[in-house]
Amino acid sequence: MGSTDVLGRTEGGDLRLVGLTKRFGAFTAVDNLDLTIPQGSFFALLGASGCGKTTTLRMVSGLEDPTAGQIFLGDQDVTDAKPYRRPVNTVFQNYALFPHLDIFENVAFGLRRRGFKSVKPQVEAMLELVELGHLAKRKPTQLSGGQQQRIALARALINEPQVLLLDEPLGALDLKLRRQMQIELKRIQTEVGLTFVHVTHDQEEAMTMADTIAVMNHGRIEQLGSPAELYENPATTFVANFLGQSNLIPGTVETSTDDVVTVSAHGRKLTLDAKRCRSVSGKVILGVRPEKVQLAVSEADVPSGFNALGGTVSDASFIGVSTQYLVKLPSGQEISVFEQNTGRAIQRPGTEVFVYWDPSQGFGLDGSQDIGAGAALDEEGAA
Amino acid sequence: MSSTALLDKSDPPAAGAPPEDRKPRRNFTPWVLLLPGLLWLILFFLVPILTSVSASVQTGNFDDGFKLTWHWANYVDAVKPYWRQYLHSGIFSVATTVLCLALGYPVAYFIAFKGGKWKSLLMALVIVPSFTSFLIRTIAWKTILADNGFVVRILNDLYILKITSKLGITVGTHVLASPGAVVCGMVYNFLPFMILPLYTSLEKIDPRLLEAGNDLYCGTFQTWRRITLPLSMPGVIGGTLLTFIPAIGDYINAQLLGNANTGVVGQSIENLFLRKTDGYPVGSAMSVIMMVGTLVLVMMYIRKAGTEDLI
Repeated sequence: MGSTDVLGRTEGGDLRLVGLTKRFGAFTAVDNLDLTIPQGSFFALLGASGCGKTTTLRMVSGLEDPTAGQIFLGDQDVTDAKPYRRPVNTVFQNYALFPHLDIFENVAFGLRRRGFKSVKPQVEAMLELVELGHLAKRKPTQLSGGQQQRIALARALINEPQVLLLDEPLGALDLKLRRQMQIELKRIQTEVGLTFVHVTHDQEEAMTMADTIAVMNHGRIEQLGSPAELYENPATTFVANFLGQSNLIPGTVETSTDDVVTVSAHGRKLTLDAKRCRSVSGKVILGVRPEKVQLAVSEADVPSGFNALGGTVSDASFIGVSTQYLVKLPSGQEISVFEQNTGRAIQRPGTEVFVYWDPSQGFGLDGSQDIGAGAALDEEGAA
Repeated sequence: MSSTALLDKSDPPAAGAPPEDRKPRRNFTPWVLLLPGLLWLILFFLVPILTSVSASVQTGNFDDGFKLTWHWANYVDAVKPYWRQYLHSGIFSVATTVLCLALGYPVAYFIAFKGGKWKSLLMALVIVPSFTSFLIRTIAWKTILADNGFVVRILNDLYILKITSKLGITVGTHVLASPGAVVCGMVYNFLPFMILPLYTSLEKIDPRLLEAGNDLYCGTFQTWRRITLPLSMPGVIGGTLLTFIPAIGDYINAQLLGNANTGVVGQSIENLFLRKTDGYPVGSAMSVIMMVGTLVLVMMYIRKAGTEDLI
């Protein structure tokens, strides 16, 4: 790989984690992690608290030493490099702005430590990028949470790191500001073109911003892919429940061809696209997203070829943009349905209905897993 | 205090009651609460200071009594023969403060950042010696620094006392009865006053700030220099003041661990008060000089240190 500058930065450097492991006593926080993060991508590590995502980030920044494994930046092994010798900067969860320095000096900090003689133009340009040039003389405590967040970003970005690490950077902001900063972060990432590694427990945040998401659970990567891939084709019940909501219906495979898998569940035959099935024999879990499911008052209204299950509306909440139903099947399982507000009449609780969906919109998972994995965690994270 | 309670309970404003029914009433509660403190300050602070200042311009002796004659020449008598004592007080207290800072900072830093679950215990160990009388602790140093003790023997074996005696810190092959012994005793006695405020301000520092420094190209020393030190400045200022102010007035250490050439102002004042029949006015004048001098020094120091900039 090309030339190396003072900080050991090389051209074309992907971030590669090889067999990365971190144990705290008997607890394994990160378990034999292999991961390649392409240069220039916006990468999200998504998981509930305690899944090892922050520990992974801290190992990349050098603030935590791995128990085993290696970290490469491009072709350079930085596993044992001190944090201040890595071309990596972090936006800390609580911002960690230096309270004794004003905003200008906070942003200039990294450049000054690296012996830059003139820092003014860079700092001013950076403050302009985060649109806070007018606050240069203030102290961090005089800024709002959102402003502090941007300064923390500017303070890290000004060093033009090979990889920028963001540790739950929006966690402390209120919902509206978080939305705004998500768009802002994405804009800045596109503008500067650096690799961003973003750690979050908020699946919506990860989906909004990242090109690629790695869902972490118990120190391992559960699934890796683009937001759409993860959402449409979750590999495990954990991903299906953690990333959005899923209706997961346990069943048994009756027949399977190259194209179609037929599953018997709740006394009915349901079909699945074979390409979206992780398991094609024995016990399986059939999944379908609530917004893909529709309601019909009688079975005659169900389009032919669609999967249908009969039940009773047990709850209907009108959200405005949609109506969210819970339909209780005779077996007791409840199916969640999000019906877009197209002017159709709202079904009252107690009404007998049929839920139906296009077989191509379902996905099949291995039936040996815990069907509730990740569901409670998501609620915890969203709270 | 019962009157306070009564004042508070008297007629709560009844809802809808016509306002003209209520007499405007002054609230005496704050004044009642302030009274004990105010009395204390007047009796034990203001009166003694005024007495000292007035005594410093009086003339007379114990037999004939003292008269307020506005004899300002007392101040000349309080400075001229005693310049050595002022010098010693100054040197000893500054040396003590500097040494306490040099010794106390690492201790406070260690406890604050590496103490973990032992923090409280370690801080208790710093404070516990203070439970023994100041006098007894100082006398204990006579044993520690005794000529036949192991400290002096080791220092002699390493020829360290040869060097320190040349520098005038110790005398010959002895440590006791030397300026060095006085400063040893003072550092020992005042060290907790340095460590406590330092620990408080260091302990408040968010360790994540140090990680941020580490992340932004600071090694261990630069992180300390650029982040820890500036953030611990309130503790440094508090600690140096808490050490310097009592140290400049201390004379027990000089008396017990010093010699005839280590006299400090406190000793002279004591002599004037207790061993001379007409020493009161000059002794008072010396006290006033010390108080005003310390006040001016402290004010200059605080202004120079620019505390308003330290968060």
